Amino acid sequence: MSNGNMNLTLKVWRQKNAQTSGKFVTYKAENISPDMSFLEMLDVVNESLTHKGDEPINFDHDCREGICGMCSLYINGHPHGPKRGVTTCQLHMRTFHDGETITIEPWRASAFPVVKDLAVDRSAFDRIQQAGGYVSVNTGVTTDGNAILIPKVIADEAFNSATCIGCGACVAACKNASAMLFVSAKVTQLGLLPQGQPERYSRVQSMVAQMDEEGFGSCTNTGACEAECPKEIKLTNIARMNNDFFSAKLFREEEIHEVKH
Amino acid sequence: MSLDAKIPEGPLAQKWSKHKFDLKLVNPANKRKYDIIVVGTGLAGASAAASLAELGYNVKAFCFQDSPRRAHSIAAQGGINAAKNYQNDGDSVFRLFYDTIKGGDYRAREGNVYRLAEVSVNIIDQCVAQGVPFAREYGGLLDNRSFGGSQVSRTFYARGQTGQQLLLGAYSALNRQIHAGKVKMYTRTEMLDVVTIDGHAKGIVTRNMITGSIDTHAGHAVLLCTGGYSNVFYLSTNAIGSNVTAAWRAHKRGAFFGNPCYTQIHPTCIPVTGDHQSKLTLMSESLRNDGRVWAPKTVEIAEQLRKGTIKADQVKEDDRDYFLERKYPAFGNLVPRDVASRNAKEMVAEGKGVGGSGFAVFLDFADAIKRLGEDTVRAKYGNLFDMYIQITDENPYKQPMRIYPAVHYTMGGLWVDYNLSTTVPGLYALGECNFSDHGANRLGASALMQGLSDGYFVIPYTLGDYLAKIGPKKVDTSHPAFEATKKDVVTYINKLLALKGNKTVNEYHRELGHIMWEYCGMARTAEGLTKAKGLIQALKADFWKNAIVTGENEEVNASLERAGRIADFIELGELMVDDALMRNESCGGHFRVESQTADGEALRDDENFAFVAAWEFKGENQPEELHKEQLVFEAVHLSQRNYA
Repeated sequence: MSNGNMNLTLKVWRQKNAQTSGKFVTYKAENISPDMSFLEMLDVVNESLTHKGDEPINFDHDCREGICGMCSLYINGHPHGPKRGVTTCQLHMRTFHDGETITIEPWRASAFPVVKDLAVDRSAFDRIQQAGGYVSVNTGVTTDGNAILIPKVIADEAFNSATCIGCGACVAACKNASAMLFVSAKVTQLGLLPQGQPERYSRVQSMVAQMDEEGFGSCTNTGACEAECPKEIKLTNIARMNNDFFSAKLFREEEIHEVKH
Repeated sequence: MSLDAKIPEGPLAQKWSKHKFDLKLVNPANKRKYDIIVVGTGLAGASAAASLAELGYNVKAFCFQDSPRRAHSIAAQGGINAAKNYQNDGDSVFRLFYDTIKGGDYRAREGNVYRLAEVSVNIIDQCVAQGVPFAREYGGLLDNRSFGGSQVSRTFYARGQTGQQLLLGAYSALNRQIHAGKVKMYTRTEMLDVVTIDGHAKGIVTRNMITGSIDTHAGHAVLLCTGGYSNVFYLSTNAIGSNVTAAWRAHKRGAFFGNPCYTQIHPTCIPVTGDHQSKLTLMSESLRNDGRVWAPKTVEIAEQLRKGTIKADQVKEDDRDYFLERKYPAFGNLVPRDVASRNAKEMVAEGKGVGGSGFAVFLDFADAIKRLGEDTVRAKYGNLFDMYIQITDENPYKQPMRIYPAVHYTMGGLWVDYNLSTTVPGLYALGECNFSDHGANRLGASALMQGLSDGYFVIPYTLGDYLAKIGPKKVDTSHPAFEATKKDVVTYINKLLALKGNKTVNEYHRELGHIMWEYCGMARTAEGLTKAKGLIQALKADFWKNAIVTGENEEVNASLERAGRIADFIELGELMVDDALMRNESCGGHFRVESQTADGEALRDDENFAFVAAWEFKGENQPEELHKEQLVFEAVHLSQRNYA
């Protein structure tokens, strides 16, 4: 069924579930077309495993057009593989060469426990968002959208941060498994917009507190997160987040606690 | 059973206001006594779950992804319509209503569409308030652009990621309610059945996709917000996980299925390269503003192009057939989606397709580059060209793009009345999961609008009416109906797990897709559809004999998940074929070869087919029963579409 001319050796991390230990297993990926995406190559391997009655390799994926953030995979030492600015689902096999050995691992971070094989549990990200990554507004009580003027440069900058897809590559790339690029992207988006101002300082404190609770490490300013981010989210977001966080701690903590009470 | 659409009496513009007043209310102090189940957390589901929780109801929300933020709504690119008239170009609620009715080829319900246009203005305000970073003008005002099917600029957008930004807005509202304890969120959990008691929906059965645990959940109402079923065609622009299972299982428990054969085909997708391909990627329709569509004039040249012995730029001008410009001189390359799609398919059928597989035509920018310069073309379409290069490894600045139509959206879905209630009381369907609002063809930038309209602004009102009528008496899973439905689900799963044949479920899916695309795709004939029915029935029988399902239930098991979804797609496929066969007229993207004008254009038959087809499940392997909801047009005049 596959119709290409590449033959590859895959070293794939197999792990039944979070409770058991895992190991690398070697597979052959044969007749792979360079036009296939990396995930389609895994589909082909899985079809042949299934035919043999073996368990297919489990990995997370959904939209396959680079936007849902579900795909992950640590490929030859890089989150989402060797190309910059693309997700695994948009990585094509022509990036590799015939006869190559490819090592495929799950995201490695204690805050992201393995679900099975290459899939990990990223619900820590959801809990950080739930801690305050929103504007508190109920449905139906809003004013006209044009009643809030937002300069184009601000809207564009907020948008740049809002493009984060929550895939977790930043955590996977970081030697400390820090989630600061992810958290700072949401903090920056809402912190830049007028709608986000009332909760700006309580938001950053709540989200950082939750991030710590989830067991993510601290930022080391290495910049691997930015380099490996498929959406090229900027490191400057972390500076903005730190700025807001320290402002909150130094000048506003008491006030915020009053508000939250 | 007779169908009652419950469209309010009175003039079109006052229907919704009057209806909102007539609906019963639930006292705020009583709202916390009601439990609501929301399945699916895309635009419709997340907005509904958040809004209902804000009102005070207890909500349980479910999604099969690892996070609500992954819902396929996130992939929508273009924008969202709203009749704001910010551009002072003559837009109005009535004009948005009219464009939508006409775009849907007069097969949508007037009352619903008018309401959609009416609340569209509130949707933008709601999203802005949540911090959605819409595009802005330098003066700080919201920016707009125009989209197909309208002559005004009413589309709001956030670069090419409007769906993502709107979903993240609804997701943040949902998160706020999860944090407040008003929504309990179940991720990686798949709904497998609906529980009914005395004909009312009272809960669902789910499978925990990590542990395999089969659980029951009770509630006063169940909202299905589970999206569309384009993946019945195997290849579509939908996410791999998009499926029909929740809606299909609800159908088997009594919810009628509306217009199942209405599928939208998008003309400008990157074509299939081989059998390995898992999905298709859409290229914006805006490319046809400057690109010229052509195929080689002869089969011989097409063959040389397919083999790669010549390249497209070596084909002489005289040997090229700019078929859209030739057949539709007035509209040229900008004919609507259905017309452009059908003509590309015809070229391929005549053996003039290009690319390795032969399933493609060219979209050529050579003239535009000559006229405007490469820099201007890059400024206009650069990001799309980059995406094309990424996927195909070909340079569209040097060689024309290859494009081919692909399945994109389903206008059919569970039949609902004006209150979004299915034919099972207490069971609601929102967003793409229901059949309403788009008729036989969906206009660009209106899918996001409908999802959010249903979730933010319709269901919070209409659901209250039902809840007030049934009262807050607690429902819980101790009722024997829950155990009985759970037993059915377990039996079904065990039946799937026992399949140890020689064909993977993906192979069945691919075969189903070929049948659906060939016989129930862009052009359909009675003969082809009859043949397809037999093929699907044979495929179904073979599936239950020879499919392979590996692993066991009590673990993460993608093979089992897919097997259940594909079994449902096969059954739905048969119903789609029945529906297409019954509808002996052409409308929207649905072209019946038997029903065309002398010029070969789609010919509607208002005399006999101005109705919604609502199908009732009558038992396994039994023919479904057709019910008709006659469409009444009071505000618009039905007319024939013509693009020549």
